[in-house]
Amino acid sequence: MLWDWFIQLHPVWQALIRVLLVVLPILLLVPGMIWWERRLLSWMQDRIGPNRVATFTLKGGKKISLFGLLQPIADGVKLFFKEDITPAAVDRVIYFIAPAIALFPAFALAGTLPWGPIKELTPIADVNIGVLYLLAISSLGVYGVVLAGYAGNNKYSLMGGLRASAQLISYELAMGMSVGCMVLATGSLRMTDMVKAQEEALWGVVPALQNWYAFTPFGFVSMVIFLICMVAETNRAPFDLPEAENELIAGYHTEYSSMKFAVFFMGEYAAMFVFSGVLSVIFLGGYNALPIRWDWVAANVPALSTVANAFQGLNAWLAPVWFLGKCTFFLSVYIWLRATLPRLRYDQLMSLGWKSLLPAALANFIVVMIWIYCTRLYGPVGGWASVAVAAVLIAAIIQGVRGPHGHLGRPGQGGELSKGSKDAVFPPFPDHS
Amino acid sequence: MPFSLPFPITPELGVFAAMAGVAALAAVGVVFFQDAVRSALCLVLNFFVLAFIYFTLSAEMLGITQIVVYAGAIMVLFLFVIMLLNLGATSAIKEKLDAKKYVGLGLGVVMAMTIAVQVIPALASSTTVRAPDGFGSPQAIGRSLMTHYVFSFEVASILLMVGIVGSILLAKRRL
Amino acid sequence: MQGVPLVAYLSLGLFMFTVGTVGVIMRRNPIVIFMCIELMLNAVNLTFLAFARYMPAKVPSAMLPEAVMSGQVMVVFVMAVAAAEVAVGLGIIMAIFRLRDSVDIDEMNLLRG
Repeated sequence: MLWDWFIQLHPVWQALIRVLLVVLPILLLVPGMIWWERRLLSWMQDRIGPNRVATFTLKGGKKISLFGLLQPIADGVKLFFKEDITPAAVDRVIYFIAPAIALFPAFALAGTLPWGPIKELTPIADVNIGVLYLLAISSLGVYGVVLAGYAGNNKYSLMGGLRASAQLISYELAMGMSVGCMVLATGSLRMTDMVKAQEEALWGVVPALQNWYAFTPFGFVSMVIFLICMVAETNRAPFDLPEAENELIAGYHTEYSSMKFAVFFMGEYAAMFVFSGVLSVIFLGGYNALPIRWDWVAANVPALSTVANAFQGLNAWLAPVWFLGKCTFFLSVYIWLRATLPRLRYDQLMSLGWKSLLPAALANFIVVMIWIYCTRLYGPVGGWASVAVAAVLIAAIIQGVRGPHGHLGRPGQGGELSKGSKDAVFPPFPDHS
Repeated sequence: MPFSLPFPITPELGVFAAMAGVAALAAVGVVFFQDAVRSALCLVLNFFVLAFIYFTLSAEMLGITQIVVYAGAIMVLFLFVIMLLNLGATSAIKEKLDAKKYVGLGLGVVMAMTIAVQVIPALASSTTVRAPDGFGSPQAIGRSLMTHYVFSFEVASILLMVGIVGSILLAKRRL
Repeated sequence: MQGVPLVAYLSLGLFMFTVGTVGVIMRRNPIVIFMCIELMLNAVNLTFLAFARYMPAKVPSAMLPEAVMSGQVMVVFVMAVAAAEVAVGLGIIMAIFRLRDSVDIDEMNLLRG
């Protein structure tokens, strides 16, 4: 009945409802993400984390504890009441629009993610250039950082902003290349086509399981590359040199206080959430709960058919829950990386992006091309055999190019090429003040 | 209306006029602002609005490529160079408005009038879209780049490689 | 989008091209001159796409598939060339700046006769 009312609305109202169904949950989940980060980080660091704020003491002296769930709200209230200082010498227009530009990419990207199987509800816009839209939005995300660094009108904030944007554009390349491999495997740029292609039979031969790209060899490599790049794109540890407190004060958001800082903060968490969503759509089958094809199981294994039908219904109805679950899992992976890994130095960061991830993504691309061609010629089994051969060949070539020491061009580890190349790595300081 | 236009006034024309107005104002802003950073930001806005106009021309692939390449990479490079050379507000090159500038402006207007007078009345009544559907989709562009225009495509990739090597050489302090 | 006449796109393209030309003549900062050149290239892109949609080339039907896409493919190549040109041009500007500490283009007159 609700569905009939929805269908007979004007398309503009339908679009508005679709937008609300995506934007409101993200905005409401940001405090939840902040709480989860602080608690999970604390548990990993062997402490408890904030648990005081939501503790109510009843009349009889009994205490009810809500595990600090209201802590983010207390943080928000604090940030709201802080004095909003605008330095006198900044360029006002740029100072005011930079946080908004930093916030915008996460929500723009959330518009193309299919969070459920119902075509009229998700995604907000099923553009036929879906994956390329992801690259465009990450390119636009650079502006928030660059303009925030420039608007601070001091040398350190500018250097923080420029280093952050250099990091972002370097990791965008490997990200685009790894997603490009999956576009080749799917044959289409649409996000919904990616999810549908992952509902086919695993590897083309196992009919009971779904072909989530994370379980294919080239898809797994692509997923790892995409995971590293998405952590770098959102300026999170271990790639958080631009906003590190002991490096460049607070980097590109040094001069921002109270609400504008809160907007940057919110933009970072929303971007983490949406990028996790993109990873689960492209590599992990989107809104499907388990990589099992329930319709094949229901048709071909009569003993399990009732269970299979029940699970199939569950899969379709609870699709948003599975999608949120995958996003939360990768959010936890973000927090796990922050708790575990030390921060990368700027030259290590650039070296990883250009000298390790981009060649790995290119090699993966070649392997995918060989797989597609051999599958077309020899069928699925021949295709997978060719993947093994191609992977061995490419590994041999890379090892041959690297030489016996394996340290070609790595900074700080000797080798002829790293001497005297210091100026090629760091951006030059501006010479006037 | 005292005069009649050779094409009908439709709501789509109104939408296009709004977008074109923003793009035109941003283009004027590029030339007008003394501060190089503001000029660059006006140009980013211009490219962004142009991408939407390309979407209305059913060139979706090119519209999104405009955002990725022009607004997302080329303009970031411009902003980098402006900020590193510190050409912002504090040390803007003071440009005086003298007679040469007015002559330049006048010649520009004359050139625009010459072209407009030749082209616009002849094509004024052309409103039918003659391109087939799916015209600007990634599949169509990819297919034509890889079959009919593959030679130009490969030469363009060599050109880009030459550009990369050249910019690295120019940026090194010691060769 | 139906209902927009061809001359609307062409006049926007012409306006942007004129503004770009006037900017190249009037401004003294070489980076702003570069940006005006990019503006002119984009005006040309817009014109190509407008013509590609409203008036695909009149060719024999055997050549029709290539001719229909030629406007859009041209824009792809214009974007590639513009990207390469910007990279090299900004490298040149930075090299000049390192040498002379000024980017006022009226002072770069060593080749004047």
